[in-house]
Amino acid sequence: MTTSEIQFDTPADPVVEGPVLQVEDLHVSFPSEAGRVRAVRGLSYHVSPGEVLGIVGESGSGKSVSSLAVMGLLPNSARITGSIKFQGRELIGQSDTELSRIRGRRISMVFQDPLSALTPVYTVGDQIAEAILVHRKVSKSAANKRAIELLDLVGIPNAAERAKAFPHEFSGGMRQRAVIAMAIANDPDLIIADEPTTALDVTVQAQVLQLLETAQEVTGAGIVIITHDLGVVAGFADRLMVMYAGRAVEKGKVDDIYQQPRMPYTLGLLGSIPRLDVSEKQALVPIKGQPPSLTDLPPGCPFAPRCPMVVDACHTAEPPLVDVDGSLEHAAACIRTNEIAATDAEGAEAAVEIFGAEVADEPEVAKIPREQRDVVLGLDELVKEYPVNKGVVFKRRVGTVHAVAGISFDVREGETLGLVGESGCGKTTTLMEILNLQKPQSGEISVLGTKSSEVDAKRRFAIRRDMSVVFQDPMASLDPRLTIHDCIAEPMQVHGYSKADINRRVPELMSLVGLRPEQLSRYPGEFSGGQRQRIGIARALALEPKLVVLDEPVSALDVSIQAGVINLLEELKSKLGLAYLFVAHDLSVVRHIADRVAVMYLGKIIEIGEVDSVFDAPRHPYTQALLSAIPIPDPVKERQRERIILTGDLPSPANPPSGCRFRTRCFLHAQLPPEKQRTCIEVEPPREVQAPDHEAACHFAQVRQVL
Amino acid sequence: MTVILNEGDSAGTTGAASGSPVDAAPEPGKAMTRGRLVLIRFMRNKLALVGLVLILGMYLMAFVGPLLSKWSYDTQDYTAFLEPPYSEHIFGTDKIGTDMFALTMRGLQKSLIIGLLVALISTTVAAIVGAAAGYFLGVADKALMWVVDLLLVLPSFLIIAILSPWFRGKSWFLLVLMLAAFQWMITARIVRGMTLTLKEREFVKAAKFMGQPARKIIAKHIVPNMASLLIIDATINVGSAVLAETGLSYFGFGVQSPDVSLGTLIGLNAESATTFPWLFLFPAGFLVVFVLAVNWVGDGLRDALDPTSTRVRRKEKKDTKEKAAS
Repeated sequence: MTTSEIQFDTPADPVVEGPVLQVEDLHVSFPSEAGRVRAVRGLSYHVSPGEVLGIVGESGSGKSVSSLAVMGLLPNSARITGSIKFQGRELIGQSDTELSRIRGRRISMVFQDPLSALTPVYTVGDQIAEAILVHRKVSKSAANKRAIELLDLVGIPNAAERAKAFPHEFSGGMRQRAVIAMAIANDPDLIIADEPTTALDVTVQAQVLQLLETAQEVTGAGIVIITHDLGVVAGFADRLMVMYAGRAVEKGKVDDIYQQPRMPYTLGLLGSIPRLDVSEKQALVPIKGQPPSLTDLPPGCPFAPRCPMVVDACHTAEPPLVDVDGSLEHAAACIRTNEIAATDAEGAEAAVEIFGAEVADEPEVAKIPREQRDVVLGLDELVKEYPVNKGVVFKRRVGTVHAVAGISFDVREGETLGLVGESGCGKTTTLMEILNLQKPQSGEISVLGTKSSEVDAKRRFAIRRDMSVVFQDPMASLDPRLTIHDCIAEPMQVHGYSKADINRRVPELMSLVGLRPEQLSRYPGEFSGGQRQRIGIARALALEPKLVVLDEPVSALDVSIQAGVINLLEELKSKLGLAYLFVAHDLSVVRHIADRVAVMYLGKIIEIGEVDSVFDAPRHPYTQALLSAIPIPDPVKERQRERIILTGDLPSPANPPSGCRFRTRCFLHAQLPPEKQRTCIEVEPPREVQAPDHEAACHFAQVRQVL
Repeated sequence: MTVILNEGDSAGTTGAASGSPVDAAPEPGKAMTRGRLVLIRFMRNKLALVGLVLILGMYLMAFVGPLLSKWSYDTQDYTAFLEPPYSEHIFGTDKIGTDMFALTMRGLQKSLIIGLLVALISTTVAAIVGAAAGYFLGVADKALMWVVDLLLVLPSFLIIAILSPWFRGKSWFLLVLMLAAFQWMITARIVRGMTLTLKEREFVKAAKFMGQPARKIIAKHIVPNMASLLIIDATINVGSAVLAETGLSYFGFGVQSPDVSLGTLIGLNAESATTFPWLFLFPAGFLVVFVLAVNWVGDGLRDALDPTSTRVRRKEKKDTKEKAAS
C-alpha cells in the first residue's frame, strides 16, 4: 500500500514480551493552598500489546492525571511515586530528554480538544511531518509524503491538498483525525486517548472511535482510552477500570463490568446513562453529591458519603481491590460485593433497584389527546438567513448563509419536543429566533397563539413571562457577580413582583430544584456544574412559564450529574405541566426525555414524529445514521451493531446542495440507480407522512432498524 | 428533611428582614443581598479598612485641621522663616514664614477633591460610554467612538492651558471637569471591547430573554463584571489626576497662588528636599499616603466585589463552618 521509506512495524521496533505498560502502586500528589492534593492514590494496571483498556470515572477522579504521569507531562511540583514500566523500562525518575525519546515515538497521546492540540500557525501536514522528523532520520520530503499517507489513512479526503491547510480550516472531526494521524505517525506501542470524543458531535464521535480501532489494527499498539461516558467504551474496550477519588474501585473485562458490576459506584455510573435502545421510560440513577476533595480524605471508603448501600463498617477503612465472583480478572473495592452479587437484576437494572430511582409520572395534561391540547409554540416555515459580506469600506454581499431554511413544528401543552442535529445544522439559530420574538425574515413564530410578527414591545414583554430558557453552559449562564438569590430573583424583579413575594418564592424555587435554601447568599462560583444547572432551571421557572426552551442543558455535565438534572426536568414537567423545547445532540437523552423528536439537517427538518416511532423505525437515512452512531452501554449489543458511518462533514450552509440537502453524504443515494439519483439532485423532497405522527423528507424513505 | 429546610428558609428570610432597613435603595431586594454581602466582604479586609480610615481621616484633617490652627495658608509669621517643625509650627515654616501645616492642609483639601472627583467622573463616564457603545453597537457605537477618537487626538494639555484663563477665579469644579474630560477615553475603549465579549455570555442573553431592559442589563450585569478593571482604573486615575493638576499648576494653570495644592507644594519645594526636608516631606508624605490608601480601598473593593477572590472566600467558608458548629 505504501511506498514511503517508513512503514509500520519496521524491524527497528523490538518486539517485547509481556505488557506494554505496567503501572504499580502509582501515587501522584500536588501542593495546593489547602494542603497536598492526592490526585492518584495507589493505582495499578497493565496494558498488553493490542489491548484496549478503558479508564472511566467522573471529572476529578484522577484518570487524566494518571495518564499524564505515564507521559511524564505533569508539572514539576507534582510528587510521583510508585512504578511505571513501559516495555519493562522504568519511566519514573527519567529525565525529560530521555522521556522525549519515548514520547511521541513509542507512546503517543490524543487529547480531548483537537483545536488546542494543533498549533494554529503551521499547516496540518507540516505538523504531522514534524512528529516524524523529530524521531526519525528521514528527509523532509519523505516526511511530507508520509504525512499525506497518514492523512489519507485516517480518512481525510484529498489528503495531498488538505495537508497544506491550517488547523482552523479543518472541522472538529477532521482536526481530531489529524491528531490521531500524528499519534500513529511513528508506529507507537501505546496510544493514550484522553476523552478523544467528548468535544465532538455524535456522528463524528463514531467516526473517531472507528478510526482509533483502525489505528490500533495498523500499529498493533495497546490503547488506553479515558472517558467519563461508559457508553463510548462499551464496544471498543477489552478491559475496563473504574476510578474514583484517585483509586481504581473496580476493574475487569468489559462484559463482566457491564453485566455484573460489583461496586455501587460502577452501578451508579451504569444506571445514569439514558439508553437509546429502551423504549419504555427507564429510571435514571443520579449519584448524589460530588466527588470528595482529595486534600484530606476521611478514613473509610471515599464513596461512602454518596453510596446508597453504606453501612457503618464502610467508614472504618478503605476497602482494598479484591477479586470478586471467584474470577481473577474481575476485582472490586467494596465490602458488600457479595450482597450486590445476590441481587437478581443485571447491570443498570440492579442500579435502579439499589439506588431506588423512580420514573416521574406523566403530567395530568398528557392524558388529553395531543390534538386537543393548546399549541404553546408554533413555527411555520421559519427562515433565517445571514448575508456574507466582503470588503471593508464598501461592503458588498457575496452570498447568503441559509441557517434556517423554512422549518415548521409545533409544541403542545405538557409535551417535550426534542430538536436534534449536528452542530452547524441551525438548531441554535432556530432557538435564538424563537427567543428574540422579532418578526422573522419569512414565516411565522407563534407563542401561545400570539404571532411574533404582530406583537408590540409591551405584548412581547408579556410573552417573555410565559417562555423561559435554560442554557447549555452552567458556567456562563449565571452572572458570576450576582448571588444565587439575585440570579433567581432577577426575572421576578423584571416582571414587577413585590419584594415580599420574591423573598418568599426564591427559597421555594431552591427547594423545588433540590438545593438547600440556606445557600442563597453564595455566588455561582461556589457551586458545581450540576448545581449551577439546577439554579439555571430555578431561574427559568421563577415566572411559572408554560414553555421552557432548553439549549443542550445536560451536554456540559458529567453523566452521573446529567442523570440528576434529567430526572429533575422530568419531575418538574409532570408537577408543573410544562412544555419543553429540548435542543440536544445526544439522541439517547432525547429518547429518554422527549415525547416527539425533530431531526434537523442543514437548516431543514428532515424527520419529525413521535419519539418511539422515529427511534424504532427511522425512515430518513440521516436519522438512521445518527442513531447508529450513538453507542449503547452494552458490550454484547454494541459489538453486533452495524455502524452507518457518514462520510465527510456537514456542507456549508452558504452553499447547500441542490435538491435533497443530505444527498452528498447519503449512503442510500450512493446505492441508487442514476435515474433515481437524479430525483435526489433535482427535486427537494417534501415532508411526507410515513406513519401516524411521523413525517420524513426523503424520496426513497424506508424503515431500517439500527438499534 | 422538611424541618431542616424550613429552618433554613426562615433563617434566610430573617436575614433579609434585618438587611432591608439598612438600605432604603430603590431596589431594596437587591441591596440586601449584593450590597450587604459586598459590605461584609469589604469589612473583612483589614488593609482596605485601614485605607478607608486613612482617607476619611485625611478629609477630616484637611477640612477641620485649619480651623483649629491659628495660622492660615495666606498669612505669614514674620518671626519664623524656614524654621524646622517646633511647637508653634508643627510642620515648620517656609522661606516667607507661611505655616507649613496650614499650607499642607489647604493643598490636601484641593488634591483630595480633585483626585477623587476626577477619578470618579472619568471612570464613570468611561464605563457608561464604553458599555453603551459596545452593547448597542450601530449608530451609537460609531458616534461615541468618534468622540473618543477626537478627544484622543486633541492635545489635552494645550486645551486646558488655553481655557484656563477663562475659568480662572471660577469654581474649582470646572478644573475637575476639564481634567476628567481628558482622562476617560482609553478606558472607554477597553470597556467597549470587554462589553463586546460579555454581551455574548449566556447570562446577558438570559437577562435579555427574561425581558430586562438594556440599560438595566448594562447596570446590573455588564458593568459589575468589569468592576476589577474599573476599580483599578479609578485608583490609577486618582494618582494621575493629582499629577496632571500638578503639571498644570507648575506651568501656571490650574490651581493658582496664593491658593495651593499638594502638587504645587511639591513642585515648589522639590529642590529643597535635601536642605529643608520639612518643606517637601510633609506634602509628599501626604500625597503618598493618600494614593496608597486609595489603592488599598480599591483592592479591598475589588476583592469584595469579585466572588472568585479566594482570600475573602476562604474566610467566609471558615465563618460558615463556625456558624454550623455553633
